[in-house]
Amino acid sequence: MPDRARPTPTPRGRTKGPAVRPPVPDGTRVDVRKTYKLFIGGAFPRSESGRSYPATGPDGTVLAHAARASRKDARDAVVAARKAVPGWSGATAYNRGQVLYRVAELLEGRAAQFTAECVQGEGVSWAGAERTVTAAIDRWVWYAGWPDKVAQVAGSANPVAGPYFNFSVPEPTGVVAVVAPAAPSLLGLVSVLAPVIATGNAAVVVASEAAPLPAVTLAEVLATSDVPPGVVNILTGYTAELAPVLAAHMDVNAIDLTGVAAGGRAELERLAARNVKRVFAADGDWEAPPGTARMLAFLEIKTVWHPIGI
Amino acid sequence: MAGGSWEYAPAPEARDIVTIRREYGLFLAGEFVPPAAGESFTTLNPASEEPLAQVAAAGAADVDRAVTAARDAFERTWGQLPGRERAKYLYRIARAIAERAREFAVLESLDNGKPIKESRDVDVPLAAAHFFYHAGWADKLEYAGYGPGPRPIGVAGQVIPWNFPLLMAAWKLAPALATGNTCVLKPAETTPLTALLLAEVIAEAGLPPGTVNVITGDGSTGAELVRHPGVAKIAFTGSTEVGKQIQAAIAGTGKRLTLELGGKAANVVFDDAPLDQAVEGIVNGIFFNQGHVCCAGSRLLIQESVADTVLSRLKRRLATLRLGDPLDKNTDIGAINSREQLDKITGLVAAGEAEGAQRWSPPCQLPAKGFWFPPTVFTGVSQSHRIAREEIFGPVLSVLTFRTPEEAVAKANNTPYGLSAGVWTEKGSRILWMAQRLRAGVIWANTYNRFDPASPFGGYTESGFGREGGRAGLAAYLDA
Repeated sequence: MPDRARPTPTPRGRTKGPAVRPPVPDGTRVDVRKTYKLFIGGAFPRSESGRSYPATGPDGTVLAHAARASRKDARDAVVAARKAVPGWSGATAYNRGQVLYRVAELLEGRAAQFTAECVQGEGVSWAGAERTVTAAIDRWVWYAGWPDKVAQVAGSANPVAGPYFNFSVPEPTGVVAVVAPAAPSLLGLVSVLAPVIATGNAAVVVASEAAPLPAVTLAEVLATSDVPPGVVNILTGYTAELAPVLAAHMDVNAIDLTGVAAGGRAELERLAARNVKRVFAADGDWEAPPGTARMLAFLEIKTVWHPIGI
Repeated sequence: MAGGSWEYAPAPEARDIVTIRREYGLFLAGEFVPPAAGESFTTLNPASEEPLAQVAAAGAADVDRAVTAARDAFERTWGQLPGRERAKYLYRIARAIAERAREFAVLESLDNGKPIKESRDVDVPLAAAHFFYHAGWADKLEYAGYGPGPRPIGVAGQVIPWNFPLLMAAWKLAPALATGNTCVLKPAETTPLTALLLAEVIAEAGLPPGTVNVITGDGSTGAELVRHPGVAKIAFTGSTEVGKQIQAAIAGTGKRLTLELGGKAANVVFDDAPLDQAVEGIVNGIFFNQGHVCCAGSRLLIQESVADTVLSRLKRRLATLRLGDPLDKNTDIGAINSREQLDKITGLVAAGEAEGAQRWSPPCQLPAKGFWFPPTVFTGVSQSHRIAREEIFGPVLSVLTFRTPEEAVAKANNTPYGLSAGVWTEKGSRILWMAQRLRAGVIWANTYNRFDPASPFGGYTESGFGREGGRAGLAAYLDA
């Protein structure tokens, strides 16, 4: 594999140039390559199947061999996510907001690395990649502010016709499977993942099959930023292999099929009906303001009644 | 069943307030028309098995006519009306239901078998209230929090159950119409009459033809409606099994869907609860409407230290319930809605006995004709018993016990359903602690089975998705 194809960090603010450095010059050190693994329950295992697949640039250049998650990896990820639900959904909204904001801080520090990975994986220009990466970071900051506000926007006090105090609050749906869009690989991923966890759910994400590397790097950020293990689990591999497992899984409460081409959604929706999963899919302009639809899709409204009396 | 010297004299509600036609057509494009294939079915009074009327059975051609009429109304008339005009039509419907309240109540009790005091005091007033509440939303949708200029979806196909026939029609139609959609409503096969009377009210209220269409029939009519490509949104209330079939059937079509499905609610009584009130709540929770309630408190969880006390008071209270003529104003327990449902209840009760739970009913004489089942309590129930896991949809209570609040939560949540739950305790912090942990869409604390158009209703997990009522309920009918 040619060295020029490695995703190499490029300092931000540098003059725009080739996204990658030239081959190692004489007498300088050999760079340390990264193994791209899965992210399950806060750990970075290889696929239990021992499989990988080449993640390539648009020109076919092999960038790395990403783990090719198996059905069992997907099920393990669901177990990890389920285990994380009580702690994460039970954390105070303020705490969740702070944890998510911490993620944004670390994303900022890795901006150049993400940009390089997007350039290599998607074949976009450095400037184009940088724009989507900064948009992704800004979007994460936007969602970091939501945990302690969404209940005020989506909840209500309900004036019922009787001596009762009645209120409605949104609660997380539980374990949400997410098929991330193919591109833009980081902005698309952040746009579908952040609303799921900002609302207190735990996520099992199938990363972009074509450009999985930024997702693994995002996992490294999540692993070092106080997000409890299992709240986000990231699988790389073949969408066609993983999505049906998650759509049919009886302990997954909802699924976001945004990353599945429209023609492929019907069968997954059929599988999702087995346990009445909430199904969401929305295609759109990733750089446009996201609105609240993605958060509301993974919230349940709970209404509590209590008599008023002395 | 209340014996002794204080026997009640019969107090039947007058039946002649309502005129039941011998035959009913389909309500399509503003008028009653015969079905294309000319087929019909009989709707019975479940309390006497007396035939009430022949009702049209809508086939594929009728469904298509209904959807086409609704589509036309959406594109040309109702869909073009400003919200303030839609509002006035809905206010008219609300007022008309109230004006004809007794007629609706008697007809509901005749066709469904529920006690007149419930149809009179719960179903009908709530149906009117539902139209009144949503009427006011019609011209205020931009303030509902779903973004600027929220738009309707199109033709809503609405399939409703037999347990609250008129009220479920109101829950479906009122929000759909307020938001500017048009409707094709499919009432349950065993209880079509109040929806057809509501169609008359809607026609008299002058809504543009096709805005609301009522197609009667069995499950196959509902399936045709769900499949019809002209339907943009499906709203279904009924069993989880059918809900799953609908969700699978519309996979990949892009149709919007809300489901209000089954339940197996826990009603949790702590040792510090106001026990007499709790007993009333338990009775209301499971014996209201013969237990034909998706949110019925069908699993009673009693803290061990008060289990004997609660059970003995509960049994004493159940012995005072009066089962019999649904039209009698003193009747507490009416008829089971159909032979099919009676068979289902009987089968599950037999399974409860076979699995080793102890069955108890108060002394109770069942009428010779009609479909009846006595109030029944099972003790010694374990979580694995079918009567603790499956929705019985009848007057059958399964009693379990617990020691700690954690155990109560674990047992309450040990179900694929998540529609509702009850909590009884005098300790405020414990109510909120429980309310936070119970995985259900409606939590009744120190009360049970309360409903209001302003209060969102709907389930978690396999009890469905989407809400009906309140601001939250509007989302089901808005393209936001």
